[in-house]
Amino acid sequence: MKLLVKGGRVIDPANNLDEIADVLVEDGLIRRVEPGINEPEAEILSAEGKVVCPGFIDIHVHLREPGYEYKEDIASGTRAAAAGGFTSLCCMPNTNPVIDNNAVADFIRRRAQETGVVNVYPIGSITKKQEGQEISEMADLVAAGCVAVSDDGRPVMNAEIMRRALEYSRIFNIPVIAHCEDVNLSEDGLMHEGYYSTLYGLKGIPAAAEEVMVARDLLLAEAAQGWVHFAHISTRGTLEMIRQAKQRGVRVTCEVSPHHLTLTDEIVGSYDTDTKVNPPLRSQEDVLALRAALENGVIDCIATDHAPHEFEAKDCEYPLAAFGISGLETAVPALLNDLVHPGKLELMDMVRLMTVNPARMLNLNRGALIPGYPADITILDLEAEKTVEPNQFYSKGKNNPYKGRILRGWPWATIVDGQVVALEGKLVI
Amino acid sequence: MGFKGRKDLLGLQYLTRDEITTILDVAMPMKDIILRDIKKVPTLRGKVMVTLFYEPSTRTRTSFELAGKYLSADTVNLTVSTSSVQKGESLRDTIKTIEVMGTDVVVIRHSMSGVPNYVAQNTSMRVINAGDGIHEHPTQALLDMYSIREKKGTVENLKVAILGDILHSRVARSNIFGLQKFGCEVRVIGPPTLMPPDIEKIGVKKYFNTEEGLEGVDVINVLRIQKERQRRGLFPTLDEYANLYCLTRDRVALAQPDVLVLHPGPMNRGVEISSEVADSQVAVINEQVTNGVAVRMALLYLMMGGARDEIAG
Repeated sequence: MKLLVKGGRVIDPANNLDEIADVLVEDGLIRRVEPGINEPEAEILSAEGKVVCPGFIDIHVHLREPGYEYKEDIASGTRAAAAGGFTSLCCMPNTNPVIDNNAVADFIRRRAQETGVVNVYPIGSITKKQEGQEISEMADLVAAGCVAVSDDGRPVMNAEIMRRALEYSRIFNIPVIAHCEDVNLSEDGLMHEGYYSTLYGLKGIPAAAEEVMVARDLLLAEAAQGWVHFAHISTRGTLEMIRQAKQRGVRVTCEVSPHHLTLTDEIVGSYDTDTKVNPPLRSQEDVLALRAALENGVIDCIATDHAPHEFEAKDCEYPLAAFGISGLETAVPALLNDLVHPGKLELMDMVRLMTVNPARMLNLNRGALIPGYPADITILDLEAEKTVEPNQFYSKGKNNPYKGRILRGWPWATIVDGQVVALEGKLVI
Repeated sequence: MGFKGRKDLLGLQYLTRDEITTILDVAMPMKDIILRDIKKVPTLRGKVMVTLFYEPSTRTRTSFELAGKYLSADTVNLTVSTSSVQKGESLRDTIKTIEVMGTDVVVIRHSMSGVPNYVAQNTSMRVINAGDGIHEHPTQALLDMYSIREKKGTVENLKVAILGDILHSRVARSNIFGLQKFGCEVRVIGPPTLMPPDIEKIGVKKYFNTEEGLEGVDVINVLRIQKERQRRGLFPTLDEYANLYCLTRDRVALAQPDVLVLHPGPMNRGVEISSEVADSQVAVINEQVTNGVAVRMALLYLMMGGARDEIAG
C-alpha cells in the first residue's frame, strides 16, 4: 500500500529542507522525499499549494482518561489532535488514578491503540499520586512506555523531593517536567498580577510565582546534573534564567504554549472564563519576550497544554471557573495567523519547534521526513480561512478563547503511520 | 441624555464623562423628592427591580430599594439566605429565573469580581453593579462624586486622597476611574501590602506616608478596613494600622482648610477614622447616604427611561 503526497512545498527542519517535492509513503513508512516521484500504483494525494511537514508532536496535553472522561477521553482527544494537525501526543499523568504505575500507563497505551487515531505517549508522575511526597517507580513507568515524568498541575513544592527526582531520573535519561508555580505566591490567584489585574479587580498571580520555582529547579538540576524541562513557561524572567543556565551548561529544556505566544492578560477584562488558564495569560512584555525566544534557541518546543473541561466548569463566576484551554484544534491556526503570517515567526522555525525538536528531546523516531521513519505527516493550507467554532470541536472541551475569531492558515491533512486520518479539519477514518 | 443605548451599569471605567455628568445632574431633582413630605413620583410605575445580594449589606440594598420605591417601581430583595443559591443552583439559572418573572432591572452584589459582567452577558434584563469583589462599586463612587460636587461646586480638577485598604477596595477603584475623567489628581494612601499592583499605571499617585499624601488635598475619602477581607499578614495589628493610617484631626489639618471628608460606611471608629473627625463639620458621611438614594434614583430613572417632566413636579 503506497501513498504519494504530490507537489507540495515540503518543509522538513531536520533536513533543512524547504522546496517543492513529493513524499512517497509505503507500508506506513516514509520511503522517499524528492521532486518528481513517479509511482504508478501509489494512491495520489495532491498537495499543490500546500505545505507538507513532518507530523506535529504535542508533548503536553491532558487527555483526562482515565477518571475524567466527561472532560475528554482518548478517543475524543486524539480526534481533536488529528483535526488540529497533530500526529503524536504526550499525555499528562493527572488522571484518576494518576499515571504513577505501569498498569495505568499500559491502560492508556492500550486505549490509545483501541480508540485513538494518533500516537499517544504517556508521561508518568514524578511522585506517587502526584502528592509530592515520594518519587514514583520510574523504571516501571519507563518500561510501560512513559517518555518523561511530571507532576503537572501540582508543583513539587518540596525541594528535597525535586532534587531526588532530578537525580534518580538520570538512570533513564528522561526529563523531569516541572510545572513551576509557588503555590503560596499564587494562592487564590486568577490572572497575571499587574496593571490589568488591578483594573479588573481579580487577584493576581505574580510572575515571581513561576520564577522562584524556575530558579530553584535550575539550581537543583545543576547540582543533581539532572534534566529539567519546564512546562508552559510564561514570563520574561523565566526566559532570562533559562538562557543563562543553558549558557553555563545546565541540562534544561522548555516549552511554550500557543496561547502564551498570542494572547495577553488584557483580554481577561471580558471575564470570559475561557481566558482563565494556569499559568495565566501574561503581559504584552512577556509575550513579546517569548516570541523573541522562539528563534534564538532558548525555547525548545511549542506545546498546547490542551486542558479540556466540561461546560459547567467554565460557565460560572470567573473565580470559580476551572483553569485551562482546550487548545489542540486552534494551536496551529493561532500560530499561523498571529505569528507566521504577520512575519513574527518563520514557518521553518514553527515547524521545527513542533516536530523535530520535541521528537529529539523525547527520543521519538518521528518528527522528520526521513526514509524508514513512520509516515507521520501534517499538511498545512496557509491560506484557508475559517472561524473558530468550539461547538464544532472534536474535543469534548469547548473552552477556547479564540472562539469567534477568523483565523488564516489551517491544517489541511493529517497522516499517521501512512494513513490519512483527517482532511480539511474533518476526521476521515 | 447621555445614557441612551447603554443596557447596564457595570463600572465607572466603562462610562464616559458625559454619562457621569448626566447621572449627577438628574440626581439633583431626585434629592428634592427625598426631602419632600410625600416622597413618591409615578415615574417607574409598572417596572420591576430585583436586588440580588450575595454579600451582606444593609445600606446599599436599602438605598436601592428606597430609590426604586420613591420612583414607584416594584422592588423585591433577594439575599443569599433566602434565595435558592444555597441549594447549589448555578448563577445562570438563578438569573434566568429572575428574568422570566418579568424583572426589568437586577441590582447585583457579589463577592467575586466580574459577576455583574457575566450576568449582563447572560440576560436581557438591565444589570446594575452594586459592588463586585474588588472590582467596582459604581453607585458608591457616583454618590461620592455627587457629594463632592454639591459641597465644592464642582468635581473637576480637585486633589482627592483615598486612604486605607486600596487593594481590597472596589470603592477606591470606582472613585479613581470616575474622578480621573474629571481631571482630578487622585492620590492613594496606605501600606504597600494593601496597594494593588501597578496602581500608578492607572494614573494615581501612591503614598505610604499618610502625612505626605494628605498635604494640600481638597477631599479625603477614608476606606473601611474590611476585617473580613484581610488575609493574615497584610499588616501586623489594627493598633499599628491606626497608628500609621487613622484619619485624625492632626492629619486633617494637613489638607486644605475647606477639606471634605468622605467615608462609605460602616465606620470602624478609632481604626481608619477618629470619632472627632467623623463627627466634625468637615465630614459629610450622613449626607452621603441621602445622596446615595438620589444617585440611585437618577440611575434607575435614566436606565428605565422615565419621562423627564414627571420628576419636575
